[in-house]
Amino acid sequence: MSKLTLKTEGDRYVIVTRHFAAPPEAVYRAHTDTKLLQKWLLGPEGWTMPVCINEAKPGGKFRYEWVNGKGQGFYVTGEYLELEPYRKTAHVERMHLPDPTPDNHVETRFDADGTGTLMTMCMTLPDAQTRAAMLATGMERGMEASYARLETMLPGA
Amino acid sequence: MEQAINLDAAFSALADPTRRAILARLAKGEASVLELAKPFAMSQPAVSQHLKVLEDAGLVVCRVEGTKRPRRLAKGSVEAMDRWLAILRRALEKNYDRLDEVLASMENPKKK
Repeated sequence: MSKLTLKTEGDRYVIVTRHFAAPPEAVYRAHTDTKLLQKWLLGPEGWTMPVCINEAKPGGKFRYEWVNGKGQGFYVTGEYLELEPYRKTAHVERMHLPDPTPDNHVETRFDADGTGTLMTMCMTLPDAQTRAAMLATGMERGMEASYARLETMLPGA
Repeated sequence: MEQAINLDAAFSALADPTRRAILARLAKGEASVLELAKPFAMSQPAVSQHLKVLEDAGLVVCRVEGTKRPRRLAKGSVEAMDRWLAILRRALEKNYDRLDEVLASMENPKKK
């Protein structure tokens, strides 16, 4: 059973939900603590994040760099807009491929759900074209090879 | 590649609920404009307008059969979009599976 849901809403939103067994405090920390982020925000198998700069405060900047050890890599930069400890974060981010993609606005909520957490992430994009471009170029150019490998390991959707 | 331009247009085309419904109908098989207009209580010109957007986006193709112009789904385009969302989904699933482990280790902190 997949615990993740991902859907597009209207022409401006991609909404992702995921349940976690840990309380909101822990899930929030894992999303804002540099050392913890570096352990999981990695994408497909084989990628690492050698650079993880993350100033988790309003106005703080972050920069994540990923490489796959085969000469492929890309990075994301962004700024935190809002941090409400253990409940919510909001930031803007852009991928550099190396040209920057338009800003993607991301709001993540952490709601208590039984003894765990329901995380709801809403990506707001300037328009449908930008969303399509993000979903396309970012994922395809930077990660295609790895995903192709990953796909052979996963059952078809 | 031109596919990317196509896909941009495709996402815009999909932003409209009527066009999504038309696609859902065409997913079941080829249909004429008349057949498409019926369930949506829309005029044929209105449906034709939506079909034009879908065709321009490369989502729907038209076949010529005498005086008829039946439409059907251009399978490749829809699959390409599904594939993106699937790729995004897989990246997130992978991340969050790892996050599960990180959270578990936080809950039972071992000596670091």
